Amino acid sequence: MEEAYQNIEHDAGEPDALDDLMQKIAEHKGCETTGSSGKSSCGTGAGANDLAPEIWEKVKNHPCYSEEAHHHYARMHVAVAPACNIQCNYCNRKYDCANESRPGVVSEKLTPEQAAKKVLAVASTIPQMTVLGVAGPGDPLANPEKTFKTFELISRTAPDIKLCLSTNGLALPDHVDTIAKFNVDHVTITINMVDPEIGAKIYPWIFWKHKRITGYEAAKILTDRQLQGLEMLTERGILCKVNSVMIPGVNDKHLVEVNRAVKSRGAFLHNIMPLISAPEHGTVFGLTGQRGPSAQELKALQDSCEGEMNMMRHCRQCRADAVGLLGEDRSAEFTTDKIMEMEVNYDLESRKAYQNKVEEERIAKVEAKNAELETLAGASSDIEILIAVATKGSGRVNEHFGHAKEFQIYELSTKGAKFVGHRRVDLYCQGGYGEEDALETVIRAINDCAAVFVAKIGGCPKDSLRAAGIDPVDQYAFEFIEQSAIAYFKDYLAKVNSGEVAHVVRGDADIRQGAFVPV
Amino acid sequence: MTYKIVASQCTSCSACEAECPNVAITEKGGTFVINPKKCTECIGYFDIPQCVAVCPVDNTCVIDNALPRYQGNAA
Repeated sequence: MEEAYQNIEHDAGEPDALDDLMQKIAEHKGCETTGSSGKSSCGTGAGANDLAPEIWEKVKNHPCYSEEAHHHYARMHVAVAPACNIQCNYCNRKYDCANESRPGVVSEKLTPEQAAKKVLAVASTIPQMTVLGVAGPGDPLANPEKTFKTFELISRTAPDIKLCLSTNGLALPDHVDTIAKFNVDHVTITINMVDPEIGAKIYPWIFWKHKRITGYEAAKILTDRQLQGLEMLTERGILCKVNSVMIPGVNDKHLVEVNRAVKSRGAFLHNIMPLISAPEHGTVFGLTGQRGPSAQELKALQDSCEGEMNMMRHCRQCRADAVGLLGEDRSAEFTTDKIMEMEVNYDLESRKAYQNKVEEERIAKVEAKNAELETLAGASSDIEILIAVATKGSGRVNEHFGHAKEFQIYELSTKGAKFVGHRRVDLYCQGGYGEEDALETVIRAINDCAAVFVAKIGGCPKDSLRAAGIDPVDQYAFEFIEQSAIAYFKDYLAKVNSGEVAHVVRGDADIRQGAFVPV
Repeated sequence: MTYKIVASQCTSCSACEAECPNVAITEKGGTFVINPKKCTECIGYFDIPQCVAVCPVDNTCVIDNALPRYQGNAA
């Protein structure tokens, strides 16, 4: 089994091998792969009817805790916490490319006072900004004074904004009471292992009780503290998301075990993210050539864990100073210089009014989906396809093919349309991709999809997509995504049944890495 | 000798500032600096210099050979 997994080629489309592998993992770990699209409360796509009311109330406007919310609501991170207490092999604190989009990267750090001003400025400009997170660029709890001072200031001036933080967990047990005191009701812990042998390959050292500790001992302390912190938080009713970085050959198989460990301790959501690793990042993994997973490897692991608990698949692995909807970054509009000049008028009432409009739209979207889903009732088929969607948000097919910086991926089956991920297709300032044809980039990123939904597309790319076996679909321009997807799938099934279209299993796709090209 | 911070290496993460038992480290011009008059190499406090142990970039907090060795509180 171990060899089987490691032998999967990065870019090869080997669905059989993957299926086989995931089945083996599932059997080994005792969780189901067959439920990949079935679990009604699955994913962060879980909606009002799938969750306990008090939990739904907490997550419904939180883009990082609810897939459904992430189409509508924005978040921001303030970079008030630069210090860290552990070292990770996928992180390099010296890296400072301004266009880089990944955790740990920021353009400028802020004082708590600057952060509070920035939050007000953003909240006044972007009424759907509902969540403020401290996510580094180091570890928020290695900078407790700055982190909690920030929360204190913001809870005073913008009481409707939800507070959250993201931590490696080492210092977490020491701060649980303070976290509860500031009404931080969403905490993310990055847990990459529960086995210190594996941890020793991911964490070169931790700083613990005034000593630098390495190897097994370091990883043992870290995992004990992470799990203890998780238990303490969930005991207090604080929602916990667990982030895990999928590192092929290091912890990929092990993450199924991590999933069970965190679920049993009350974690609400598990976010398995692909390793970002390129030599130019200067990380240990980047320099040793450690690869990240392919799109299908990532999806197979997420699917295999889904029988166990809610999986997050819409994470954009954003910067520690990101601003906006997930998948967009408006941080350049809110640099310290600009916010200090801004006239801020924090109007709670107009924010509420705007958010009420958003709620109406959300309800319309869900109703449209459910109505369309009813027309699929009774249909029976094993066929599943993936589609890519160009969207600017609001849950609609509303982006031009050529303007899309990413595509959202939905899995279609007779059970409906399920969000299963996203693919970046923006160009990169470095990393060897710069000179290739932009269209080839897109095709590589959505090569496992049968169709791509767009608001508009030119004739040339249409032909190229068709040649690659991807159906370019513009007939649902500006319609709701899920409703359109279900309608498309119905047609697709009918065409397959009538012999007009041959259903083919698509190959794998690339997860792209590297920095954004400035627009 | 005392410790110094190699400015070109410093990521300005501030981790050392909070760990220094002598409050010898402050931010200056975008990176952090150690006040050699206050640095005791952590002698008397910890087995290893705290700035060295917590710094995320190797060879950034280093002995400053240009200065005389720390002589303890009596010196």
